[in-house]
Amino acid sequence: MADQNESIPAQEQAAAQDPAAQQNAQLLALLHRLFGEAAFTDVEEPYGLLTATTTREQIHGIIAGLQQDQELQLNFLTTMCGMHFPDREGQELGMVYHLHSLTRNIRLRLKIFFPIADPVVPTLTDLYSAANWMEREAFDFYGIVFPGHPNLMRILNVEDMDYHPMRKEYALEDGTREDKTDLFFGR
Amino acid sequence: MAVNDTLEGTHKIIEEAREQQPRLHPLAPTVNDFNQELTTLNLGPTHPATHGIFQNILQMDGERIISGVPTIGYIHRAFEKIAERRPFYQITTLTDRMNYCSSPINNFGWHMTVEKLLGVEVPKRAQYIRVILMELARITDHLICNGILGVDTGAFTGFLYLMDEREKVYEIYEEVSGARLTTNMGRVGGMERDFSDIAIAKLRAWLKTFPAVMREFEAMFNRNRIFMDRIVDVGAISAERALNYGFTGPNLRAAGVDYDVRVMNPYSSYQDFDFEIPVGTKGDTYDRFMVRNEEIWQSLRIIEQALENLPAGPYHADAPHFYLPPKQAVYQNMEALIYHFKIVMGEIDAPVGEVYHSVEGGNGELGFYLVSDGGRTPYRLHFRRPCFIYYQAYTEMVVGQTLSDAIVTLSSMNVIAGELDA
Repeated sequence: MADQNESIPAQEQAAAQDPAAQQNAQLLALLHRLFGEAAFTDVEEPYGLLTATTTREQIHGIIAGLQQDQELQLNFLTTMCGMHFPDREGQELGMVYHLHSLTRNIRLRLKIFFPIADPVVPTLTDLYSAANWMEREAFDFYGIVFPGHPNLMRILNVEDMDYHPMRKEYALEDGTREDKTDLFFGR
Repeated sequence: MAVNDTLEGTHKIIEEAREQQPRLHPLAPTVNDFNQELTTLNLGPTHPATHGIFQNILQMDGERIISGVPTIGYIHRAFEKIAERRPFYQITTLTDRMNYCSSPINNFGWHMTVEKLLGVEVPKRAQYIRVILMELARITDHLICNGILGVDTGAFTGFLYLMDEREKVYEIYEEVSGARLTTNMGRVGGMERDFSDIAIAKLRAWLKTFPAVMREFEAMFNRNRIFMDRIVDVGAISAERALNYGFTGPNLRAAGVDYDVRVMNPYSSYQDFDFEIPVGTKGDTYDRFMVRNEEIWQSLRIIEQALENLPAGPYHADAPHFYLPPKQAVYQNMEALIYHFKIVMGEIDAPVGEVYHSVEGGNGELGFYLVSDGGRTPYRLHFRRPCFIYYQAYTEMVVGQTLSDAIVTLSSMNVIAGELDA
């Protein structure tokens, strides 16, 4: 592997001591080999869990490739959920995927971000049956649309709700109340 | 000719009538067979056999299930949204109400997530106390599930016996936390109080009496001809499908996959204990029942080991920024008063970061994905609820089976409405 990424030597150094870091380095090398280094940005290891950001164009191919991969067998979709960062222009909405290899006990977190005006993400239901309700949940709460999903309906909220309640613009308490300022109580 | 015409006309009328019927679901296959009459059956939302508020609209051909559509969300309480406005210690009460059959596991899972974010090291004694309580919770969870499976097959006695034992466990909870069902047990950094002598005595007494009851229960059910006829080969799922559906916990282990978070990613000193992971072979209702029974025995082993080797020492971490000082100290000590005020008013910021932590819940991998932007509350908190993920396989598991099979499959999957809907 060409050492264009500065973080790689540091990771190799850490890998010599820590088996978890070693696994993460191995996983990262695999990701780079299978999908190219350009596919991943913001590679981090918060609390020992390898985290990488990719794009929505590539996410389906990456998860499918990892599911097929025999070396590390990241073929268990632990969870996926939506996120909303209103301040990041053009990258407001996000999806976070947690994959797990039950044979090697390696976890991977993949993230994608995309504009709120165009919240379209490829569905994973063709790969994982488990993705069905999780995607419905992301649609329900964040309004993320998954073309190709067999049944993209709201799941926990009522069908005729006309907004996506987990988005940050919907404050939890009535914003018009004046008897309770937000000075001390939360955001 | 005339007969054929009439028959064709009848066909047409029936088909038109079918078209006009409200459709069950856009995806539900509609069989337009003249010889077949389908019934739509609403199983739930308030049906005694669903053990929770959720609905299944089943399409039946006689007694056989053709297709089903689960509807959930009846007790959705927006925990993830509420959590975005609550300081960490107030979120514990939300986790109580997810899988309310094993609240302590949810509580401690959440505390461990926050401790991981904050980098707080919990003393060994607190970890062992947590293990004891979590295993007690696992036992009660499995007792309810297996007891109710008995009720659904017509055997009420076993359930009553087991409820009695659960009652005794709840008395231990009461000694430890003051509460019984929604326990709000422990604090970020450890336990809110040490095991009292009464708690230890109650626990020891229960450990002496419970195995006999459990053996009696097993003698009544495990090889019972009637019971086995009802549940063997019912609602089976292969290991491959179970993994694809994201099964975890006893349901996955019944299908033959030995995935247990306690062993794979040990937390709270689980690596110190010697226990086995029971697995099934077919993933049917009987396997799920047997796996849960065996897990109860293994949990008892863990509790005995933990109680035997319970280390001395503090029962909470020295983390004054997050662990409330004793009330007495608040009145007498300035620092304690300051910390008390800051914790209660939420003046203490958490570090920026994101953390995923999972524990082996009563029915699977209970995960917490916490994103902190440095404020007093989570920026985003996602609960990986095992029920929510594996319940979507229910339709696939019961299609082609009879209604009574669907009932026992549902109760053996241990779907808890609180966790399903969060």
